[in-house]
Amino acid sequence: VVGVPLWWKTTETYRAWLPVSQINELSNLQVCSCFLLLVICVYIIYLSLHTLSECPCGSLVVYVIPESSSLLPQDVDVYIGQRRTALLRIGGQIRVGKTLDLLLAHLEPRIKQVLQVMSFSHTDITAALSDRVRLSPGNKESIADSMRTFKSSPGYEITFSLLNPDPKSHRLHWDIEGAVQTYIQPLLTKLASVANFSIDSQTLYYAMLGVNPRFDSSLGAYTLSPDSLAHMINPVEARLGSNAASSNPVLNFLLYVPDAQHSPLHIHDSKKQEVPTNAFHSPRWGGIMVYNVDGFYGPEAVFPVDLNINMAKVMGVFLAQLRLLLGVQSPNAPSGFLVAPCSRTGLADWELDRLMWSRSVENVATATTTITSLAQLLDQIGNIVINDNIAEQVSSAVTSLQLAVAELEAGNLRFALQYSKEAILASERAFFDPSLLHLLYFPDDQKFAIYIPLFLPMCVPILLSLLKIVSDARQKRREKQAKKD
Amino acid sequence: MKILGLLSLLATHLSANSVNIEENAGQFFSSGHTNNWAVLVCTSRFWFNYRHVANTLSVYRSVKRLGIPDSHIVLMLADDMACNHRNPKPATVFSHKNMELNVYGDDVEVDYRGYEVTVENFLRVLTGRLPPSTPRSKRLLSDDRSNILIYLTGHGGNGFLKFQDSEEISNVELADAFQQMWQKRRYNELLFIIDTCQGASMYERFYSPNLMALASSQVGEDSLSHQPDLAIGVHLMDRYTFYLLEFLEDIHPASKSNMNDLFKVCPKSQCVSTPGHRTDLFLRDPGSALITDFFGSVRKVEITMETVNLTDPIEQVEQNFVNEDLQKESYSYVDQLPVSEIIHQTLAGEDAPGSIVAVGGNGLVMPPVFHFYFTVTRHDVATRQEEPD
Repeated sequence: VVGVPLWWKTTETYRAWLPVSQINELSNLQVCSCFLLLVICVYIIYLSLHTLSECPCGSLVVYVIPESSSLLPQDVDVYIGQRRTALLRIGGQIRVGKTLDLLLAHLEPRIKQVLQVMSFSHTDITAALSDRVRLSPGNKESIADSMRTFKSSPGYEITFSLLNPDPKSHRLHWDIEGAVQTYIQPLLTKLASVANFSIDSQTLYYAMLGVNPRFDSSLGAYTLSPDSLAHMINPVEARLGSNAASSNPVLNFLLYVPDAQHSPLHIHDSKKQEVPTNAFHSPRWGGIMVYNVDGFYGPEAVFPVDLNINMAKVMGVFLAQLRLLLGVQSPNAPSGFLVAPCSRTGLADWELDRLMWSRSVENVATATTTITSLAQLLDQIGNIVINDNIAEQVSSAVTSLQLAVAELEAGNLRFALQYSKEAILASERAFFDPSLLHLLYFPDDQKFAIYIPLFLPMCVPILLSLLKIVSDARQKRREKQAKKD
Repeated sequence: MKILGLLSLLATHLSANSVNIEENAGQFFSSGHTNNWAVLVCTSRFWFNYRHVANTLSVYRSVKRLGIPDSHIVLMLADDMACNHRNPKPATVFSHKNMELNVYGDDVEVDYRGYEVTVENFLRVLTGRLPPSTPRSKRLLSDDRSNILIYLTGHGGNGFLKFQDSEEISNVELADAFQQMWQKRRYNELLFIIDTCQGASMYERFYSPNLMALASSQVGEDSLSHQPDLAIGVHLMDRYTFYLLEFLEDIHPASKSNMNDLFKVCPKSQCVSTPGHRTDLFLRDPGSALITDFFGSVRKVEITMETVNLTDPIEQVEQNFVNEDLQKESYSYVDQLPVSEIIHQTLAGEDAPGSIVAVGGNGLVMPPVFHFYFTVTRHDVATRQEEPD
């Protein structure tokens, strides 16, 4: 009587309470239903232009201008600006007399096209959820996009490396600190709400390419074909360091200056055309740019030659690669659209909105799946100890997720992103807690093997005495019966 | 006629080239991975298990040769072979008799060595549940687009694998660990190779998608070792891994051999045991999976077509000077406690046992244990002074 409850209590594992019902609710949430609140203000301008008002985050302003307006060039119908604005030219057959409904109905397909470019579409949703939803290999472009961009992470490390294989000939100077401060830092400051970035830079000497470039006499230059590009990264990667303190994903940007014997070096694409940027990038890794310096000195120069690298050109390419790798790139605009060139920060406001929205969706989906699978796992394996701090993390993750979904429904992108980041952090901390590893797998035969030698010798005399008691009681009852009779 | 022939040859060559480019583009999308990881584990220690360490190191060498960098390899070895007292050639581990190939070399980066190779650490590496203080080189930082190669070797049995003679991992635990990896999308595709006795029992219980498994022997069979070396005195490699390595030596980063070739490695005539494989959980056709998808690290690349036009001149970073001015404050050390004076002071007087003496420049308060130690040493000092030997 005493033994069994005592044994039960001492062998049970401590499991703190988890909000399982709320977790199940979250997992049933439809992803697509909540997200598409976008405030679009359509201003119809006939005579003069209002002063462009500042649009809050998560909304778009579309200015509709008459066909004869000279604000846009002749062949351009839509202009997409930097600050969440678009200019849309009306078709010719609309006259002033028509009602507003007809006007809007006429404009609807054009506005839809604008939204396709500037805002969130179905392909963006599937791209954000690409690790959960694997596309059938029909749509190759979106697969490539989802493979290229880094997964959402609270921080990233960016490393700029200068590779100088020939220090005897070239003494290279690059003002990396100034260049980062002027060109890269504005973009990263604008993205500060999305993730933390840490930047470092290094110079590597005697770092060779893994491939031999071929000399093309017709061009008088060495060429690299696209097939050989894939093998360039591995020999260099072993020598690139990384910041061992954090587990954040690393983006590597390499600037390779060819040695004097192999200059100039050009990258050719599959059609044997020279690539104007002379750079290539690898999905989820970074980019490499080849910078030719043979034009800066003549054959009579005294080696080593002092060379200053044009950081504006280099950073232009790296910035474009950074935009691609972070997922800022917008889909190709249809013809007749004119997209404003990148501002000083390299990021338009509506691109930032898209990024924040897709990151929020991705974070919410990942956190939901993490929490759900954690709950399932803890349910299945009844022997894992659930500490209080894990239960706390799970509860806070669930709360943050609910808040994030609510904010997304309301259209507040900044708060939604913040809550979704908190949800991700809490859910990852709960899932990857080191104490959850006690996979106490005891197969049944091992359980018997442990308990039988302990309890069987004790049970034998107990059972025998119980039997004796029962038989004695029966005998007594029989004797009583016999006495009565 | 010759010109016609040449022209037709050229035409076919060009069309073949375009087909190749199409095929390459197809390869980009078919494998779906962007990086490669490898987890290589040798689960035995002691001198007579030399061959297991040689197995693992040989696979490590091949994987590095085909392109996976050390930062993406988690190598777990007992690492007690190269500097073992019984090794007639110290600092070497050979994988072939006649000592042709030293697989230990001088750029082997062992991440978990000696007693760190435990079942718990192995499962922690796989599931990612490591304490926050673990360095990057000891973590498996894979994501949903990583192809992972897992190689285990050692002594095993029906449903378990022995770790360092003291514990075992069962096939159910391994299957659960892979399921947790799948839940967290820590791999895109996973290739599991095991070279132990009755190795096929270890992959019987897998149930997560995108797993392919190879084993050196079926349930009830023993995997045998290849050849002893009379100078070193132990067997140098296991048969399955030996023939696997022979096969891998022919693979280079651009080769197109696929998994079906890997399944044919080491038939029963060479291996004595029957190697087995399991592909029902693998979503692609094994014939379309390249060897380099798992053993090498072929990167996908795209040409960068766009560039951002930057016209601002570089701002000069002027903050450096301000910082230098700020750092002109002078610092000085805090007064140190004179330790020797304190010790020699208490030597003269009587001190109560069990009292706590505060000694040390960093303010350590010594518990009575250390106090006892100091009394002992002081006593020794005193006696030494009295009776020099």
